[in-house]
This record gives sequence, C-alpha cells and structure tokens, in this order.
Amino acid sequence: MNLLIGAMTIGLILALLALGVFITYRVFDRIDLTAEGSYGLGAAVAGVLLVRGTEPLLATTCGAIAGAGAGVVTGLLRVWLGIPRLLAGIVTSTALYSVILYLMHGGDLSLASRRTLVTIADEIGSRLAGGTGDLVLFGTATSSRNWMGLLLTFAVVAGVALLLNLFLRTNLGLSIRATGNNRLMARAQGINVDQSLVLALAISNGLIGLSGAIFAQFIGFVNISLGNGIIVTGLASLMIGEVLFGQRGVGRSITAAAAGAVVFRLMVAGALHLGLDGNSLKLITAVFVVAAMVIPKAFRNLLQGPPSLDGRRV
Amino acid sequence: MVAVSDPALELHGVRRTFAAGTTNEIRALQGVDLSMQPGEFAIVIGTNGSGKSSLLNAIAGSFPIDRGVIRLEGQDLGALPEHRRARMIGRVFQDPFTGTAADLTVAENLALAARRGRHLSLRPALTAERLAQLRRQIEGLDMGLEDRLDAPMGRLSGGQRQALTLLMATVVRPSLLLLDEHTAALDPQSAELVLQRTQEVIKREGLTTLMVTHSLQQAIRMGDRVLMMHRGQIVQDISGVRKRRLRVDDLLDRFEENRSADLMDAPAAEMVLRNYV
Repeated sequence: MNLLIGAMTIGLILALLALGVFITYRVFDRIDLTAEGSYGLGAAVAGVLLVRGTEPLLATTCGAIAGAGAGVVTGLLRVWLGIPRLLAGIVTSTALYSVILYLMHGGDLSLASRRTLVTIADEIGSRLAGGTGDLVLFGTATSSRNWMGLLLTFAVVAGVALLLNLFLRTNLGLSIRATGNNRLMARAQGINVDQSLVLALAISNGLIGLSGAIFAQFIGFVNISLGNGIIVTGLASLMIGEVLFGQRGVGRSITAAAAGAVVFRLMVAGALHLGLDGNSLKLITAVFVVAAMVIPKAFRNLLQGPPSLDGRRV
Repeated sequence: MVAVSDPALELHGVRRTFAAGTTNEIRALQGVDLSMQPGEFAIVIGTNGSGKSSLLNAIAGSFPIDRGVIRLEGQDLGALPEHRRARMIGRVFQDPFTGTAADLTVAENLALAARRGRHLSLRPALTAERLAQLRRQIEGLDMGLEDRLDAPMGRLSGGQRQALTLLMATVVRPSLLLLDEHTAALDPQSAELVLQRTQEVIKREGLTTLMVTHSLQQAIRMGDRVLMMHRGQIVQDISGVRKRRLRVDDLLDRFEENRSADLMDAPAAEMVLRNYV
C-alpha cells in the first residue's frame, strides 16, 4: 500500500512537469529542452535554501521562480538573438548544468534531517492520526505521513491545474494560445508574439522547476542528473493522458496531462514491482512515448481507413 | 474645387528590395507614392509580382521598408512593429486559414479581436456580457454562425472563416482596412457573400480601405478608386467619374498600354491575358 501511495505521489509531482510540457508542446506545438535544466535548477535552488533553513514553502516557491527564470533566458535567446528554438533550450539547459553544480558546490546535496515539505506533511499527518503515525485503511496499516504527502501533493496539483485552466481563458491566456496556434493571426490581432513566447516559456519552466523542487524534497536529496531525460518523462505523461482522457478543450487537456503523469508513474512502478531492472527505466520511458504516439494513430487507421492524400481527415 | 481633408493614409517614396545584391534580388516596391482620403475605398490590381501584396505588407509592417515614409492618420508607422500597427489596421488575408486560430473556438477568436492590441489583462476573456455582444455581432453576418460560438474555428468552412476574419478585422473600427485577395481562395458563392459583407461594413463604418484583387470585375464594380501596379510602382490611378465609367475593356487596354510602353515584358502580358480574359 505504501508503495502505491508513493508511486501516486511521485506521479502527482510529475503532473506539474506534465503541465509545463503541455504549455510548450501543446499550446505552443514545440518541444522546449529548457526543461532538462529547469527541473534540476528548481530542485537545486529549493535544496540549497532548505539546507540554509529557509521555510519549505518559500524555498519551493523560489525553485519555481528559478525555473521560470530559465524559461525567460531561453525565450530571450530566441527573441532577441534569434537562436533557433531547439538550440536555445539546449544552450540554456547546458549552461544550467554548471549553474546547478555551482549552487550545490558539487553534484549531490542531501536534505536528510532538514525541514522540508515532507516534514510539514508528516507533522500534519501525525496530528490528525492522533500520534500513532499509522492509519488503517482498506485493511492495511499505512503511514499517515504518506497519506498526508499524497493529499497535500494532490491539493497543490489541483490548485495549479485550476489556476492554469483559468489563466488560459483570460485575455492574456487567450493571446498566448493564439500565438501558439497561428502567429500570423496573432500579429494581425495586435498580439506581441515575442512577449507571448517568453511568457509561455516562463510559465512552463516555472511549473517544471516547481515539480523538481517538490520531487527533491520527496526523495530527500538533489542530484545533478535529476533532470536528465526529464522532457521525455513529461512527454510520455502528456501523451498517455491524451490517449486515455482525450484532448478536447483546455480544461480536459489539462486534466488529461496531470492524470497521464500519475498513470505513467503507476505503470513504471508496476513494471519495477514485477522485477524489471531499475537501470532500464529510461528505456521503458522512451518505449512508452513511442507507443503513445503510434498506437492511437494505428487505431484510427484501423477504424477509418488510411488518411487522405494531404494527410488530413475530413 | 473639392475640399480636401487631411489624408488618412500617405506613402512617400516607399521602396523595398528583397535579397538585394544577389541573383534573387526582387525589387518589390520601387518608389510608391499614395495619398488616400478618409473613407476612400481603393482597389489595387496588377500582375503577379507587381507589388500589390508587398504594398499591403509594407503598410501593415510585415517587413521594414528600405526607404520612404508611411503615415496613417498623421502618425509615422515606420518605427512601429507589426503588432502595434495592428491596433490601427484590420487585415484579411488570401488564405482563409491565416486570419483565424483553428484550435480556438469561434467565440475565443472573436474575443481576441474585440480586444485588439489590449491583451495584457487577467480578466476572463469570455464573460457573459462579452458573449452576448459577440453573438449580436456574429448575427449581423446573417450566416447562422451564432449557434457555433463554441465550435473550434477549424471546423468551419473557408467562406465562414473568411467572413469571421472580416468581422474580426472590423469589430474594433480600424483606421485602415487591408484586404489581400481575400475572396480568391473561396468558391464563387462564398466569395460573393464575403464581398457583400465587405461592401456593407466598409460603407457602414466609412472605412479607409485598400483591397487587392485579381478580378477586374471586382475592380469595376467595387470601390471608388483603382490603382494599377506594375513593377513595384503605381502606374495608373483612376478615381472619380473616370472610375465610375470604367469598364473591363478599359483596364485591359491599360494593361496593354503598360506592355507597349515596354513597362511590361511579354511573359507578364501573357499572364494578364491568361488571368483576366
């Protein structure tokens, strides 16, 4: 039971990552490799602050802001210097590798015995459980801190998802979506598309930094390689969510991305539980992404016949 | 003597060359001078590559000009980026997919247009009040689209999307309306409908308008001025009584004049004949 709760909690933490990837990959239709750096940066900034005794909530927020800053850097590289989109993200995340090493004075940082969000969840949990530390649920004893962690993470993700959903329906949010969908139209409607791009990258990487910051506290340490290949995890979550829960409308897409991250994490945990070697984790992640991209297409072909000549369906 | 008010749009010596100094050099605009009165509706004709679209793009700010001045209602547009000019300029493009965002709903597209150039707001874009207003505006098109406010724009036909683009370009009254062959990609019926709506809104709002077209018929029956472009310059400027008496044959004669004055080379003349006759 604790294993399941743990997997779900990690899934919810990665849901924030999936929401970040959703903004660049779906709202903007492009892959932003800044994620590889901003995830680790969020973790490192939060970690360093926690070691110094900063309040966990504040430290976590700073991690998110640092991630957003990384997004702004990528955005400005593109808008001011005209660096191509993939390269801009790679350049930023490469630079961030050194920044993270510098921040942490090395490649590892332990958060053991530091006051973190997990400590807070623990405190609330044991207070509610009346000091025993264990809750009996569905016939098994489970640790109340794990439950509390799951609940609080869920609350954070639900709150972020709701805010994102509302934001994308404001005038500003609409202008960002229009920019991602049709730049010519956006310009003709007086939208500053450069500004939209920088803002979208900031929000996306802010969410990814937040995800990294919370994840580090959950596992109790920060490692320089935390963000390696994280974009693929984000994409896998997003696509699994879209396959399972659809992508019609903004609210639906946001829910799908978040839920996809949880499902993906449960699939990974299941595979590991069945005895799969932990070293092959990234390999399975890659396979999941390919499967999530190919299977829906294959199904559609099966149901509707081959696509028309111009690739569109009527 | 007719009283002349301050011009709405003024161009002086506007030049633009693409890929200058290379073998692919294109002299798109070679010294364009133009002055339009407020509410004037000018049709721009000319062969492919004569600079019609470049003229519109230069005014809208799609690319910077090499030389010259563009003023709209007295304001120098030269220093303004495209999105700032868009606050004053409404545009409808040839491709019906260019002017609208396919993944956004009809209502969301219109809501963007209703706040043209004022998007830095964290208020909900679609309030009940705004929706009611959008519904009224879309009812004015009389195309039955008011029931499809929640449909993604991508589900609509080219004609419907072009009519909505026209509405979006004019819902906040622009100082200048630029129409770039906006019915050329539509089926005849849709084209006719969009042209009708175009004339209605221009007349109702008294919009200063530049409309590029390949159709001499449209040039004859619409607008109150015809500008013929050739090799990046305005070579004919027909207005007033002369415009009202204009017939298709006259325009063909003008094309022929261009050619015989060696302003037009043989392939261009051939293209005119193919396209217009």
